Amino acid sequence: MAKFIAKRVALGLITLFLLSVLVFFMANVLPGNVGRRVLGPFASPQAVAALNHQLGTDQPLVTQYVDQMKGYLKGDMGTTVATRQPVSDVLWPALWRSAKLAILAFIIVVPLSILGGVYAALHEGSLRDRVITVGGLSAAAVPDFVWAVVLLIVFSLGLGLLPSTAAFPDGSGVLTQVKYLLLPAFCLVFVLFGYIARMARAGTIESLDADYTRTAVIKGLPQRAVLRRHVLRNSLLPTIAVIATQVGYLMGGLVVIELIFNYQGIGQMIFRAATQKDFPSLEAAVLVVGVVFLVSTLIADILYSVLNPRVRLGGAES
Amino acid sequence: MSAGATPPSALPVEDVAVALGGPPRDDARLARKERLRVLLHSKSFIAGAIIVGFWIVCAIFGRSLVLQDPFASNPIDSLQAPSADNWFGTDRLGRDVFSRVIVGSRDILVIAFSATVLGTVLGTALGLVTGYFRGFVDDALSRIIEAILALPVVLVAIMALVALGPSNVTIIIVVGLVFAPIIARTVRAAVLSERELEYVSAARLRNERTPYILFAEILPNVMGPVIVEFTVRLGYAVFIVATLSFLGVGVQPPSPDWGLQVFEHYGLISGGYWWPVLFPAAAIASLVIGVNLIADGLTQAFER
Repeated sequence: MAKFIAKRVALGLITLFLLSVLVFFMANVLPGNVGRRVLGPFASPQAVAALNHQLGTDQPLVTQYVDQMKGYLKGDMGTTVATRQPVSDVLWPALWRSAKLAILAFIIVVPLSILGGVYAALHEGSLRDRVITVGGLSAAAVPDFVWAVVLLIVFSLGLGLLPSTAAFPDGSGVLTQVKYLLLPAFCLVFVLFGYIARMARAGTIESLDADYTRTAVIKGLPQRAVLRRHVLRNSLLPTIAVIATQVGYLMGGLVVIELIFNYQGIGQMIFRAATQKDFPSLEAAVLVVGVVFLVSTLIADILYSVLNPRVRLGGAES
Repeated sequence: MSAGATPPSALPVEDVAVALGGPPRDDARLARKERLRVLLHSKSFIAGAIIVGFWIVCAIFGRSLVLQDPFASNPIDSLQAPSADNWFGTDRLGRDVFSRVIVGSRDILVIAFSATVLGTVLGTALGLVTGYFRGFVDDALSRIIEAILALPVVLVAIMALVALGPSNVTIIIVVGLVFAPIIARTVRAAVLSERELEYVSAARLRNERTPYILFAEILPNVMGPVIVEFTVRLGYAVFIVATLSFLGVGVQPPSPDWGLQVFEHYGLISGGYWWPVLFPAAAIASLVIGVNLIADGLTQAFER
């Protein structure tokens, strides 16, 4: 077990290193002269050189990369170009806001989609099954901003039930926050339902066919008990993996939803940093998103192997 | 290989050829026929083909299908509700939303299709090479692919487009490059099992050159997964191109692109102007769902 975890962590660290190089490349090499990109075509060469010196972008690339990673390890992410605040002052609150939205979405979508998936599996091949699987996947394929505008038109403009923004007033209570976050969360429910339901369905079908289920049925266990004790437990395994891979999308991929609902999450922070050419913020935020994704897949891997010994004893290594 | 094998007349030609391990072409033709039969009986494939076909017709004929000029702005008639004259109403510049939705299918279809073709060609080549050679190149590439996939595709595309400046060609290249490693992973998995088969060893023993083995021997046998992956990716490409346009870093004005139309008008929803947003949004949804229904049908046909 320890060996398995050590191997996964080592692989994760290698991926993290590559990711940091990749992000560094995109933020510092692709734009060419960073100072020029920030100040625009009409700034004097002296001003550009001064900014480059101040940002450290006149140093050799390797030095820049090493300095930056040293700073990150000490918790120093540099300062934003526009307001000269420390990047971490903007980044952590934004990450927390994104997390709140993600948690609310998960609370709604996970039970719903597992129920849907198990229900579809129990009626495999029927019309109900097709509606859930094809409907779920179609809903997932539709861009999130399409769901956002449709929900806005129906629930905010049409029925007047929910606010059209997710930016709840400062200091509002949990229930008020939930009310403001409900519309964006439901966009995510539409996007995620299909994926999770499909995995839950596949897992359930597999365990319905398994020998242990047949044994349980033959020894006369009531259907409800068979489902709860034998089928559900095994069908939830693959679901964990999907949920983990979606954490990356929820924590950073929500640029569009956060923009439409005017929610200052990390997705919007990244988008703003990219369009304003605020490279220190951009790099730090993108790297954090990558780390969140890598850590959540790592946790899922470990959880999966704890729950299912077959994985760590080989078999899944292919 | 099959020279001299004259089939006894009692049996159908195809069966004998297959039984004798004869020309694989007959085998392949049979499989193709069977796949086509499955496809034409798949309700999701037919439904998807009709939807996507409709938008392709709109993209090709565009202007000649609509009565009003999709680019003619008319400020006096801006933001008029749907009526007999303007079925989908008018947008903030007084342009007819209906004709803009019909004509707007062109950019997204062309860009998404080209990007997917680019990604599939690159990804297939990459997957063939890494899956066939294994070893260090394969390991290194797998790690890099994993690092890229740790970021949401949309984020990578935004960063690249902001750095390079938006144009239709840049979108195609960026989305194609982002897709390539993802497609490579699928192709690699298929190649891993193919390379162990006898026909590959046979080709190696015949002293065929490696590119020949890769592209003439293995490639035709992994076309199934490649085609399925292509359609699935096409759906994602439409998704991403629409999203980029919505963010203002994709297709640029005055194009009647759907994502751009939603971008230009979503701020007006709270003012009660839902029509310049809802109709292009519905068009995006229908196109993505259509492509996914086709992918669903193809998956059924190739995976039995």
